[in-house]
Amino acid sequence: MKKTTKIFTGVMLIASLALTACGAKNNNNEGGASGSASPSASPSASASVSASPSASSDASAKDMKFAMVTDVGGVNDKSFNQSAWEGLQRLEKDTGASVKYLESKEATNYLTNINQFVRDKYDLTWGIGFLMVDAIKDAAAKNPDSKLAIIDNVVEAPNVASVTFAENEGAYLVGVVAGLTTKTNKIGFVGGIDIPVIKRFEVGFVAGVAAVNPDAKVTINYTGAFDKADLGKAAAASIYNDGADIIFHAAGGTGNGVFNEAKERFKAGKKVWVIGVDKDQSLEFGDDVTLTSMLKEVDEAVYRVSQEMIAGKFPAGVVTTLGLKDNAVGLPETSTKNVSKEILDKVEEYKAKIISGEITVPTAQ
Amino acid sequence: MEQARTVVEMRNITKRFPGIVANDNVNFKLSKGEIHALLGENGAGKSTLMNILFGLYQPEEGEIFVNEQEVAIDGPNKAIKLGIGMVHQHFKLVHPFTVTENIILGSEPKKWLGLAVNKKLAYEQVGNLSKQYGLNVDPYARIDEISVGMQQRVEILKTLYRGADILIFDEPTAVLTPQEISELLVIMRNLVQQGKSIVLITHKLKEIMAIADTVTIVRRGKVIDSLPVAGTNPNQLAEKMVGREVSLKLDKKVAVLGDPVLEVKDLVVKGRSGLNALNETSFVLKRGEILGIAGVEGNGQSELIEALTGLRSVAAGSIRISGVEVAGESPRKISEAGISLIPEDRHKHGLVLDFPVRENMVLETYYQPQFNKNGFMDFDAIDEHATRLVKEFDVRTPTIMTEARALSGGNQQKAIIAREVDKNPDVLIAAQPTRGLDVGAIEFIHKRLVEQRNMGKAVLLVSYELEEILQLSDRIAVIYEGRIVGEVNPAETNDQELGLMMTDYKQPQGGSNIEQAD
Amino acid sequence: MNKLIKAFTKESAVVPFIAILLGLLLGAVIMLIGGYDPILAYKSLLEKVFGNPYDFGETLTAITPLIFTGLAVAFAFRTGLFNIGAEGQFIMGMTGATIIGVSVHLPWYIHAPLAVLVGAFFGGFWGMIAGYLKAARGVNEVITTIMLNWIALHLSNYIINDYLLEPGKGRSYMVDDSAAVTIGWLSRILDDARIHWGMFFAILAVIFYYVFLWKTKQGFELRVVGSNADAARYAGINVNKGIIKAMFISGTLAGLAGVFQVLGVFLNQAVSASPTGYGFDGIAVALLGGNTPIGVFLGAILFGTLSYGAAGMSFGADVPPEIIRIVIGSVIFFVAAPGIIRWFIKRTFGKKRKGEVI
Repeated sequence: MKKTTKIFTGVMLIASLALTACGAKNNNNEGGASGSASPSASPSASASVSASPSASSDASAKDMKFAMVTDVGGVNDKSFNQSAWEGLQRLEKDTGASVKYLESKEATNYLTNINQFVRDKYDLTWGIGFLMVDAIKDAAAKNPDSKLAIIDNVVEAPNVASVTFAENEGAYLVGVVAGLTTKTNKIGFVGGIDIPVIKRFEVGFVAGVAAVNPDAKVTINYTGAFDKADLGKAAAASIYNDGADIIFHAAGGTGNGVFNEAKERFKAGKKVWVIGVDKDQSLEFGDDVTLTSMLKEVDEAVYRVSQEMIAGKFPAGVVTTLGLKDNAVGLPETSTKNVSKEILDKVEEYKAKIISGEITVPTAQ
Repeated sequence: MEQARTVVEMRNITKRFPGIVANDNVNFKLSKGEIHALLGENGAGKSTLMNILFGLYQPEEGEIFVNEQEVAIDGPNKAIKLGIGMVHQHFKLVHPFTVTENIILGSEPKKWLGLAVNKKLAYEQVGNLSKQYGLNVDPYARIDEISVGMQQRVEILKTLYRGADILIFDEPTAVLTPQEISELLVIMRNLVQQGKSIVLITHKLKEIMAIADTVTIVRRGKVIDSLPVAGTNPNQLAEKMVGREVSLKLDKKVAVLGDPVLEVKDLVVKGRSGLNALNETSFVLKRGEILGIAGVEGNGQSELIEALTGLRSVAAGSIRISGVEVAGESPRKISEAGISLIPEDRHKHGLVLDFPVRENMVLETYYQPQFNKNGFMDFDAIDEHATRLVKEFDVRTPTIMTEARALSGGNQQKAIIAREVDKNPDVLIAAQPTRGLDVGAIEFIHKRLVEQRNMGKAVLLVSYELEEILQLSDRIAVIYEGRIVGEVNPAETNDQELGLMMTDYKQPQGGSNIEQAD
Repeated sequence: MNKLIKAFTKESAVVPFIAILLGLLLGAVIMLIGGYDPILAYKSLLEKVFGNPYDFGETLTAITPLIFTGLAVAFAFRTGLFNIGAEGQFIMGMTGATIIGVSVHLPWYIHAPLAVLVGAFFGGFWGMIAGYLKAARGVNEVITTIMLNWIALHLSNYIINDYLLEPGKGRSYMVDDSAAVTIGWLSRILDDARIHWGMFFAILAVIFYYVFLWKTKQGFELRVVGSNADAARYAGINVNKGIIKAMFISGTLAGLAGVFQVLGVFLNQAVSASPTGYGFDGIAVALLGGNTPIGVFLGAILFGTLSYGAAGMSFGADVPPEIIRIVIGSVIFFVAAPGIIRWFIKRTFGKKRKGEVI
């Protein structure tokens, strides 16, 4: 009996390990059967989508192959990986180009996944996320004929396009909202890992708050993870307990915990706010707790640079920084639900000043 | 006895396990109202045969008839339905449950349309059954509060409750005290008088002579003979069982006593519960004698052995080997000082069952230079050593690479004795050295112990089997609740007197208290 | 030794192959139900692993750490310990190697060996903590090793963040070339796959595992402790010392996995949010391999091959991640459950059923 139990436990252990760990190593799909099947299956379908803004949708685009490699967050991270994939899916729909992704289970897969596409002669391979930098650099150096692109980091190579965002500018604007909305003059910031991208969020946000409400105090908390909702929840709880009424998170999946904590408090009759990140998170977490979000249009960036590639104007070796003036960061239109007209007017005012150069938002490092 | 109806007949049963034929064309017949002993050495195939009858194994060939109907017994449930019950050697009881709860487990009387257990009825039924067969079990007692003998009766009740008419007892006396054994024999007689039939699996000749009507002897998977007990004697049975002549009497020369070699003085040892398991125990062991420690299990014997071998810390007192104080030393130090131990539980303490024989043979000496070269095991030397011991001590093993697990109990014990004796100790402690072994192995082991004594070693024999103590010892010390309560001369005492001393009914008359020996 | 012999007897050799086949078969059925082409998927898997020198080399890179962590877990198992902490020991190994690789500058013949040794020691020390707590305080090693995994992760992140961080990179500085254990010429032959000396050390580790446990005095002691701690005590073996020693060696093996990931694959250590998974995969590898040297070695190859080849199924046959997980899971499940296979063999080939031993 004891032996049977042991064996059974062992088997279950192995099976569950295999299911959770091993299988996740590299994955991709074509973004759903409908997305990949319809344009190629019926040529007329691609003709009909040529009504899209992309005028360069032509036969050559259909022969082009675009790919992206996610970081360890995976393609359904409700954050930048997902956003980037949405950009590629839109590209496929609009131009008929074929698109594909591979997920990375852990860091060793970055390079092998990128190489998979490069060696298969993909026209453009995206590395999504800050951590891809070494892998992109390596692949670019060893395959000078290939074209690669990276989001959120800079690779100085003649065949790589780097796209970064001026997160600090967008964060500055939500900082303005937070500074004007807070009643307790206590505001929180929950970050994922303390890396430069996230640091830009923090620095911009703190500057924005200070610009409109010098008395407000911002508590900074880095959880050390992008995929640990429990850590986010714990961090949010301690910040709210400390009297803060608004938290801005830049922590990916960890941030989901911040929303959950806020929702619990809302249900208990206490009004607290969360400012979302990357996407319009009010759509997912509701208007009860979502004050606004700091949009970071990764999909737009992926879409735009890929389009330039189709048009023959690939920004090789160029670092593109997308900021307020490009409408690549900013606030979603749904903000009007919870943010007053006066505050939004203030936001517009600051936005104009930043674009005009009257205000220079500090950056990290 | 009149010709009774046959209730079970097993015809031409053959059962193979990988490598061996456990039952080879075996025939077995059980009559109504008899106690039928199934005698054989360990591994002879008697348990296999009964496991087939109880549906635990399926035979490759042969037929089974119950009440003259051919049946296929595909599992214990089927066996129970046919009125067959088995009292296993290792009880299968749930300790925090009451007696009744254990008995009804799986066939509870129901009430409320089967939604609830009718406990009241259950307690009543169990109480009545217990009374009917004179078992004297309290239906309300919790299993962990009752003695081993009582637990066995609960197992018996379990089979009766399920309507068994044919009861199989697998080595039922192995775990009992002498008093409990005689009570069990009474119970068994009671059962047959009320129309039950009993199969008694055993290798103890004494029990068979005492209670069985018929005996079937099994050796190496084959039935050697089946005969009425009335027409036989122990020597004949032993011979049939082992396949050669066995001497049940031990030839023992008069002890030639030498110097004291183990001196234990005022030894205090704490038990598992933190209470004193040994209270100021003192005794002296001399070269050339066997000192038997008699006592009911759990009166401090284990703690004494563990303290003597360094496995348990000593709270107070002294242990000297040849004049050198060793109390509180590590087991290895003590072993090197000249103590060898044949442990009580050979599977748990004596052997590593997953290891081959050769590695078990050097379990305590592997680190010594003769088995080691620069930190590497010298397997040539180890093999040579193992081969020699296997031969010298007649350990029946296919090869020295065979896992200890695959050996029979007797051969496992022989291997341990070989290892311990080969260490050439001054003091050999033998704890329950023949527990669960068959006559042939017992004979061998007893001879070896006496041989050691004759060679001038000191032997400390701890056993719960009075017969063994009486047969081997030159002196007997009785231990009760952590104290040596008396010392007797084996020639001047008997079962009854010892049994009473062991349960503290009576102090020995005129027996010199061992503590004065110092 | 006996187990080794058994591993080559007929039934034992057949069982794993049938297990893999059955697993693949079940996976194929699931893929068919999902509307994917199993033959194409398996072809893609094989192509991903053996299709070209680069992928073949990278498959070796994927297998290497699994051999180490598998051996680490198996070693502890042999001593009767369940080391769930190979993950933490792996991370500590990485950290030790990174510290030496980045912060000291020495000629290569000192630098690389020193980095390897320090990393291995870090891993060993981390394992030893759990061993000590078990021996001295009786704390269950399962609990301590799990806790130590997280401590290792955050300690390592702290060390990198505060002392070794290359600004703006989210990882440590690159280790000196003198500390790297990459094999340039072999990488070039294999189309720039990341080949490193760790692979050879992994094979040495398998040999060490066998020789140490089965041929040395200390290994003998540890195996006695692992197989029957009571008998070990009776035989005069110091069980507590054995536990600490075993956890140190186990941790060292896991640490070496991390060392070679840093010095051979990444050449830096990233600040990581969550454990890498190599330590946990090591548990599966050890169980698959039945804690025998050959078994662990083959188990690591199977596990690493499936993991790496999974990307091929994804890339070549568009099988979605969830289904790939099921396919790989079923292969591992069948391999880990030899009882099922034996039953299957008997049913299929009509042999008579053996009596079950209860």
